[in-house]
Amino acid sequence: MTAATNAPAEKADPRLAAAADFLDTRVGISKIVKEFARKIFPDHWSFLLGEIALYSFIVLLISGTFLTMFFVPSMAETHYPTDALPVTMQGVQMSEAYASTIHMSFHVRGGLLMRQIHHWAALLFVGAMVVHMLRIFFTGAFRRPRELNWLVGFTLLIMGLLAGFSGYSLPDDVLSGNGLRIADGVALAIPIIGSYVSFALFGGEFPGDDIIPRLFTVHILLVPGLILALIAVHLFLIVWHKHTQYPGPGRTQKNVVGFPLFPIYTAKAGGFFFIVFGVIALMGATMSINSVWNYGPYDPSVVSAGAQPDWYMLFLEGSLRLMPGLEVVIGGFTLSLAILIPGVILPGLLFTFLGLYPFIERAVTKDTGEHHLLDRPRNAATRTALGAGFLAVWFVLIGAGANDLIATHFNVSLNLITWIFRILFFVLPVVTFLVTKRICFGLQRKDRELALHGHETGRIVRFASGEFIEVHQPLDEYERWLLVSHDSPAPLQIDPPEDANGVARPGYKKERRWQKLSQFFYEDRIEPVTPAELAAAQSHGEHDELPATEAHEEITSEDSAGQIEARTH
Amino acid sequence: MKALAAGRRHRLAPVVLMTLALLFTGVVYAALAPSPAQAETPSAGEVEAGEKLFIANCSTCHGMNAQGTDHGPSLIGVGAASVHFQVATGRMPMDANQPQAEAKPPQFDEAETQQLAAYVASLGAGPGIPSEEQVDPALGDAANGGLIFRTNCAMCHNAVGAGGALTNGKHAPPLYDSTPTELYEAMLTGPQSMPVFNDATLTPDDKRDIIAYLMEQREPSPGGFSLGALGPVSEGLWAFAIGMSVLIGFAVWIGARSS
Ligand code: HEC
Ligand code: HEC
Ligand code: HEM
Repeated sequence: MTAATNAPAEKADPRLAAAADFLDTRVGISKIVKEFARKIFPDHWSFLLGEIALYSFIVLLISGTFLTMFFVPSMAETHYPTDALPVTMQGVQMSEAYASTIHMSFHVRGGLLMRQIHHWAALLFVGAMVVHMLRIFFTGAFRRPRELNWLVGFTLLIMGLLAGFSGYSLPDDVLSGNGLRIADGVALAIPIIGSYVSFALFGGEFPGDDIIPRLFTVHILLVPGLILALIAVHLFLIVWHKHTQYPGPGRTQKNVVGFPLFPIYTAKAGGFFFIVFGVIALMGATMSINSVWNYGPYDPSVVSAGAQPDWYMLFLEGSLRLMPGLEVVIGGFTLSLAILIPGVILPGLLFTFLGLYPFIERAVTKDTGEHHLLDRPRNAATRTALGAGFLAVWFVLIGAGANDLIATHFNVSLNLITWIFRILFFVLPVVTFLVTKRICFGLQRKDRELALHGHETGRIVRFASGEFIEVHQPLDEYERWLLVSHDSPAPLQIDPPEDANGVARPGYKKERRWQKLSQFFYEDRIEPVTPAELAAAQSHGEHDELPATEAHEEITSEDSAGQIEARTH
Repeated sequence: MKALAAGRRHRLAPVVLMTLALLFTGVVYAALAPSPAQAETPSAGEVEAGEKLFIANCSTCHGMNAQGTDHGPSLIGVGAASVHFQVATGRMPMDANQPQAEAKPPQFDEAETQQLAAYVASLGAGPGIPSEEQVDPALGDAANGGLIFRTNCAMCHNAVGAGGALTNGKHAPPLYDSTPTELYEAMLTGPQSMPVFNDATLTPDDKRDIIAYLMEQREPSPGGFSLGALGPVSEGLWAFAIGMSVLIGFAVWIGARSS
């Protein structure tokens, strides 16, 4: 289905040709170019989400390079000059890092713009990654052979969070210091090694003088380098596996329907890069973000109201805010469960589940086949419901992280909100899971109806026998294909607990456990329409389609008064 | 000289010295400390007019002689500053029961407010209404004010005075609309859940610096729309509400162009 790419007929520049030839004979460039240029990329808006992440990362690299030229990664003490803007900082004692950030915002041309572009791009980068990940999850794009790429993507997400957190901490303002203080607290809460971890991170007692130079290296070298390398692997794997596609007529597990990478897709993608760049630049130019001069230089004694991390870390803040104070003392050592559970254990569990989900699903469903066609989320009801439940937990945590703002903006008591969120944390995921599953089944049933009986036309017909029917319009091939082509796996079948001689089978218990999991996934299901059913329905459908011989009356839709117009054939 | 040298080693010397030092600081403080600022001493007529207003509007809760009832505290000794603050911000007269007396459009004009304040001040000495000069932001040091504000006020009112939540439905209001005089009076009298910052905790100069800092915050934000100055949460919301939704909109548009 490759749309032919006509090579331009005009004569190529001889110098260019020579250069191409040089490269070709050394590294076989023409083969590589041809191979890539002819890759097919299917078209759907949700396949562009990964690109938004990619392009915002490029914006991050460009704007970040600018910032490194003016930022001073040092915690040495200085006083802000008394003749420099802003007035609220004149003569104030602060670190070099903070002073250089403010100086760059007020006295470097384009400095504030670049800072704001960089920060908006960071928020969008992680945002796009999360939305991209949701599309991969809900369409089942992570299934074999793409589990590895899911892991690469997952690592990218972790790296994105790390990049964001380390960058947020660099300016050494009150908010970044508070963030580091929380990180320190979480490190300290780890049993046995906690204080060593904290001392190792900060090079001594918090805050010390080392953390900003260290974070600087992490933020501008280590993490971006890893992200860049991982993006390369990620994109290579996409090309290697070929892109998945949504089910549709003519689309099979064996082909990819779309446009060749060059020139059509390249043009589209290139255009999209400028759109992303443009939107971020506009945001940076008009919407202020992280106005660090308002927060003041870091001072451990200062905590201001509304001190929160960037949105992608808000779930951690929320889980810390929700947790009731809990501490146990074992043999003279204090275990601060109030920090350990929300700060280490809960995020650990959530992220492990997320990272390993493709493997969990494969183990439970025993589905080891290759999948290049995506699922419609409704057709994988349990997965969709699990994802929705996961999102519910995440939103509750985010809400809890913003509980003070909810209190002031909706005029509710802070204590009440905290309690509501504590309850929701346990209840909402379960309810969301059940409701989502029901909705998926509802949609599946609707699809089934539609496939069997066609669209309702609104024309109601009365037969001579007095029976009323509504005329249905059968679906065309394409529509029907979409509704009936998926398969709906049944739960695992296992052998009975005892063999033919009535002796207990050794592996039964284990098998039974797996079966339970499989039943959790597949027990409730709605069979897609089989060809036989379809044939049956169609013969009945002919009946729906108005037998020309029988006499009937028709209630036409334009018949607004609702009278029955008699018509005989 | 011998006697003096011996006296220095006397057992009671530290006590005597301490007493002298205390006396000295006391005298110096009395001489240098700003006298309770009273712009001008109110006339008897003002006090009388204030009493009438008070009886008509405030006595149901605060009692006929401002001695306090079950519905409101005694006002004897709260001073003119407290009354001026409470009435000028519309908190008093108070509405029905709420977690905290909300600021409302004031019910009395400036002259009437001054009369009420004069009446209550006549019942017992208390902090007076600050003078123009005491609250003039131009005379304050905004940078120092910022430092003091961050250590004393930001935990409740947010770093730029955007307001914040307290426990049990109470909240620290945004400070964007308070006049310099109200700011000063709020610090001096500590309305409701807010602590009192008397002249020993925050000197009058410190207070003026804070006022200068807060006035500086009302300048337009150098970065563009300030988005409520509520910090990272509102920024995250805007990143999705504007950035993400516009970009996804474009993605849908590009995706739809082909099929
Ligand atoms: C509905 C009852 C009510 C009315 C009417 C009312 N107040 Fe109050 N007032 C209160 C209550 C209750 C408080 C205590 C608020 C608190 O601290 O939570 C208070 C507090 C005050 C304070 C602060 C006292 C302090 O400790 O600093 C002043 C000043 C004051 N009122 C003045 C007035 C004046 C002047 C009027 C009339 C214009 C008035 N009030 C009318 C109920 C009322
Ligand atoms: C413990 C928290 C807390 C601290 C600290 C605090 N305030 Fe307040 N502040 C409040 C509360 C609560 C109110 C609302 C009182 C009311 O409604 O009567 C308030 C009210 C105010 C008001 C009146 C605002 C209006 O809407 O009229 C001003 C001005 C003010 N504070 C300034 C300050 C300044 C300046 C500081 C630091 C020196 C400060 N506050 C410290 C809690 C606090
Ligand atoms: C730096 C961040 C990331 C970038 C730049 C990026 C980029 C891309 C791009 C451009 C695509 C192809 C287009 C598309 O399907 O959207 C893609 C596909 C994919 N991504 Fe990502 N991605 C990132 C993060 C993630 C994350 C966090 C995950 C999940 C954990 C993930 C998993 C996948 C998978 C499994 C595919 C293959 C999808 C398919 O073939 O249908 N990626 N990525």
